[in-house]
Amino acid sequence: MSQLVFDPSKVMDIDYTQRTEYLDGLEAIRAAHKVLKEIAYTPSLPDKGYTNRTLYVNVDSLEITEKPVTRQMKEVFIGGRGFGLYHLWNAVKPTTRWNDPENEIVISPGPVAGMTQYAGTGKSLVVSLSPQTDIPIDSNVGGFYGPLLKFSGFDALELQGKSDRDIILFIDGQKGIIRIEEAPTDPVDSHVLAEILTHMYAENEADLPNVSVVSTGAAAEHSLIGMLNFSFYDRRRKCVRFKQAGRGGIGTVFRDKRIRALVVRGPKVAGDMNHPVDPETIAKTGIKYHKEIRENDGSQCMMRRNGTAHIVEIMDAYDLLPVHNFQYGSHPDTHKIDSSYWQQRCTQHTVDGCWYGCSMACAKGADGLVLKTGPYKGDTVTVDGPEYENAAGLGSNCGVFDPDYLLELNFYCDTYGICTITYGTLCAFVMECYQRGILNKERTGGLDMTWGNAEADLEMMHQMARGEGFGKIAGMGVKKMKELFIANGWGDPQLINDIGMENKGLEYSQYLSKESLAQQGGYALTNKGPQHDEAWLIFMDMVNKQLPTFEDKAEALYYFPLFRTWFGLNGFCKLPWNDVVPSNNSSQPEAHKVPEHVQNYVDLFSATTGVKITKEDLIVQSAKVYNFQRVFNIRMGKGLREHDAAPYRSMGPVTKEEYESRAERYDQQIITEMGLDPVGKTTEEKMAMHRKWRTGRFSQLMDSVYTRRGWTLDGVPTLERLKELGLDAFPEVVDVVKQYL
Amino acid sequence: MRQLVIDFQKCDAGRNCNHECEMECAIKVFKVDDPAQAALQIKAYEDGGGKAVLCDQCGDCVVVCPTEALKRNKLGVVMIDKKICVGCYMCIGFCEKEAFMRNSDWITPHKCTSCGICVKVCPHGALSIVEVPEPAVRII
Repeated sequence: MSQLVFDPSKVMDIDYTQRTEYLDGLEAIRAAHKVLKEIAYTPSLPDKGYTNRTLYVNVDSLEITEKPVTRQMKEVFIGGRGFGLYHLWNAVKPTTRWNDPENEIVISPGPVAGMTQYAGTGKSLVVSLSPQTDIPIDSNVGGFYGPLLKFSGFDALELQGKSDRDIILFIDGQKGIIRIEEAPTDPVDSHVLAEILTHMYAENEADLPNVSVVSTGAAAEHSLIGMLNFSFYDRRRKCVRFKQAGRGGIGTVFRDKRIRALVVRGPKVAGDMNHPVDPETIAKTGIKYHKEIRENDGSQCMMRRNGTAHIVEIMDAYDLLPVHNFQYGSHPDTHKIDSSYWQQRCTQHTVDGCWYGCSMACAKGADGLVLKTGPYKGDTVTVDGPEYENAAGLGSNCGVFDPDYLLELNFYCDTYGICTITYGTLCAFVMECYQRGILNKERTGGLDMTWGNAEADLEMMHQMARGEGFGKIAGMGVKKMKELFIANGWGDPQLINDIGMENKGLEYSQYLSKESLAQQGGYALTNKGPQHDEAWLIFMDMVNKQLPTFEDKAEALYYFPLFRTWFGLNGFCKLPWNDVVPSNNSSQPEAHKVPEHVQNYVDLFSATTGVKITKEDLIVQSAKVYNFQRVFNIRMGKGLREHDAAPYRSMGPVTKEEYESRAERYDQQIITEMGLDPVGKTTEEKMAMHRKWRTGRFSQLMDSVYTRRGWTLDGVPTLERLKELGLDAFPEVVDVVKQYL
Repeated sequence: MRQLVIDFQKCDAGRNCNHECEMECAIKVFKVDDPAQAALQIKAYEDGGGKAVLCDQCGDCVVVCPTEALKRNKLGVVMIDKKICVGCYMCIGFCEKEAFMRNSDWITPHKCTSCGICVKVCPHGALSIVEVPEPAVRII
């Protein structure tokens, strides 16, 4: 094994320290701030990963209260997403909707978060009732806010109420001050706002990395797809960068509460701030993993060079890259936006990574982009990524193969505060509706939404940010657009429903699941909606061929959602688990689980908290929270089998041209999979045969997965399963399911 | 840049000495009475040869450090600023020579800084400080 050394001559000559600055108005903005409430508190560092208190803030009444973290909270909910769901459950009623004052945004990093020795340990989990799905959404995000919140003294932050003015919540973990400030003249968009606030609240240059800002942008105010940017200060670029809590519209809730930003100023980070019980094990495990990255990344995923965009060409080669709203799985122009391009375009001379110690360093940055459109036209900016999801969603899925436009779309999604995945999928839906005459120029207000028209695409986004025109309609998301188009009589309802790629109200992320039954389930049989972070099985199923049988797929849909839930309970990132693997992994039993890394996680948790667990305990910890979330969905009026239904585009060919583009494959499946004869059949007849087979197979998968998860065939966790997990200790949880048993 | 080098024509890998170099480094530099904590480690091979684990100031660790705690000083020696270091140990994991070290009592890692304290005490005169050109920065 040898270390990959990158050839600097392969990188475009871009000065990564140059960009437009937005600090001119800082003093005037600061002067306009008015303190609405200020309290003193005693900062504290975690003990064994927990500070043992959470912070509750009501932005309406200005109540600021500390709450204890109970033993039961730690045992059942662990932290992160678990704490978020626990607090949200206690805050809302079954009738609560996203824009009711009692809805909360809960941010919690988890007990392991803030560790600096292992890759991917800076995650925060954000939980709220989603404007898109009306059920809890959980979104995991890097950046420094979560770890600095914990090192300032809090395992979670609950935000409740609705303010009547724009406010900033400032937590000063160095001085022990919590302040709610009115922020009447602060800029709206994240790349300006976070830069100003980072410099406003840092006391000097050395203090800049101790400040992190959570913010959103203009489009979050006028759409349901708002996201939150979590900042971190990039010391080499000398700029504020972001990671995104993208899915489900939490940024929209944030602005509905009139929160302009959350700012934390934490203590200077050191390597032992979690006060783990066994730092020696953490150090040894971390160093072992860093060496593995050094030795293997260059011959495996090249995450340090390309980030997640390394799979663009792999997905294309396996016919899994979403093209033109998930109609096709590859495109001749993919090479224009694949990793060979991003490797040249993203700066390679610097350290990337969204928390200290992340040797995987996938948070790439494309510097020196001069914007061609919108309110920041002419400005030079640094763009995060693009990650795979952005290259695929904003790129191939919409037919955009111009990398500069793709970066501009990515930039504006970020600064306007909208989810790139959601935007990509909803724009692809709009473009297909335009292709099929469901939309036209008259209905889009003049936008020519043909495939690949990046200028119209950007204009739709700018409209979303201004709250105008068709952009505002698109900002409602695919589900509500489908309902509107059908109600307006603009097209065949079945076609519109088949091609609108949403489940539970959330847009699909960017994998073509038609040929992967496991990924179809991985998307639709989720708690929050079709996001690959719960069960990213497509690579395992279609590229590595590790799930050959029906039983393998059903078992994977039991194990992996639970395994992956665990990352979000603790503040881990999922990528270091399997985006590099030990050299001998393929010869290990259950290689697809990457057993050595699973053991790393078991060791890191035990070494941090002092609670000794096994790999089996890890799954039980997750199962408690996962089933609690399923019951939470049921409590909110969803969470049943009918809500796990998938659009047919995710399962099979909707249109004649889709079928005929892959006719050989589909005809062959009629013979080998269905035992029937395609000869003499029309394309329509063969499509019908496929539809019957594919929907039947999906329904059978649902039965198997529900049974394996300990749920009824209607998707309801049984009392036995709840008892087994100790959730019968919560009478309200039992009461919810009893109505359905 | 200043670099500590060892001549294995002279060094017998500790077979006929008391590892004075390691002991001197541990005591004078790190203030511990334990040669295992020294920034250079002399290993003897069974076949009669040996090797030294020590930093050649290549600078790979400067490239991977997320906090800019590692920088060359004016002599070209890579130095660690312990006030800035967050103890992530990427410098240890990415050092091909395994010359970046840690011990259980310190959060921050450590390595040889070409100070030359060990040179004076080697009974065989095997250690020396030399001036060599700074290597090009590697993007790793």
